Amino acid sequence: MIIIVTLIVAIMLAAAISVVFFKDLLSAVIASCLVSLFASILFLFLQAPDVAMAEASIGAALITAIFMIALRRTRRYEE
Amino acid sequence: MRSVFSLILLVVIGAGVVFTLSSIPFGSTSSDVGEYYIDSGRADTGATNIVTSVVVGYRAFDTLGEVTVLFVAAIGLGAILAAGRENEEKKKAEWEPASLVLYTGCRFLFPLILLFGAYVFIHGHLTPGGGFQGGAIIASAFLMVYLGCRKKRISKTWARNTESISGLVFVVTGLTGLAVGGHYFLSNFLPEGTLNTLFSAGIIPIIYIAIGLKVGSELTGVIDDLIEESE
Repeated sequence: MIIIVTLIVAIMLAAAISVVFFKDLLSAVIASCLVSLFASILFLFLQAPDVAMAEASIGAALITAIFMIALRRTRRYEE
Repeated sequence: MRSVFSLILLVVIGAGVVFTLSSIPFGSTSSDVGEYYIDSGRADTGATNIVTSVVVGYRAFDTLGEVTVLFVAAIGLGAILAAGRENEEKKKAEWEPASLVLYTGCRFLFPLILLFGAYVFIHGHLTPGGGFQGGAIIASAFLMVYLGCRKKRISKTWARNTESISGLVFVVTGLTGLAVGGHYFLSNFLPEGTLNTLFSAGIIPIIYIAIGLKVGSELTGVIDDLIEESE
């Protein structure tokens, strides 16, 4: 159990740090979606299914979509 | 010079955060209200999901404020996008049609996700989840249709009417509670029924269904506005 949680936290940290360093903003958006997705799994392990549901549907689905729609109107690569 | 200054600022802020956090005892409760909710939430509100009994029972007025914040945000987004649209002539980019597999998959999954969202907010007082989660799931179903079926659009009038009517249901239920049931806004005036059945917990299911429809139509409207703008 503790190994799985450690793995999830490690993946979340790696994804969160890579969001800052990606020059391709589409990759950054997908990495931030990954953070939310693993956070929702972590909430499930911490016995908070309410929060997990909200995090998965809002954090992983809707916010990612809104960022991608915003990216369509701007540039994809950071200079 | 500037980097030295920012380093000093960073150290000061870090020290402040560390000192503030070290004085808070993590993991221990500082008030008895949480234990009260766990002990008597079921008896007071009739909802088996304690989170729901807090969100729509004890703290229902705060939830009305929360819904209002979301409403104002959606209205603001719509107003800003509509103002930008007027002085810019519309050039419609041609959408590439989605592949058959994607199209069929979306059409197959859409009713199932919609059903799941409705289940989550109708059973908000019994199982984990509630109006906000169910509404977000419904909005993600519509988002999937927008991405997969490309040309399909929701009717804006329907979305707005659903939103207004469910908001009205919330407020009217609260005012009825004030007039009939008790001494405060949103007090329960319906029988609490048997614990753990669908028709129980008084006004909680009504309010959660209203919140679910409101959040779902609001977030769908936000997605619709944004996708229309990006075309």
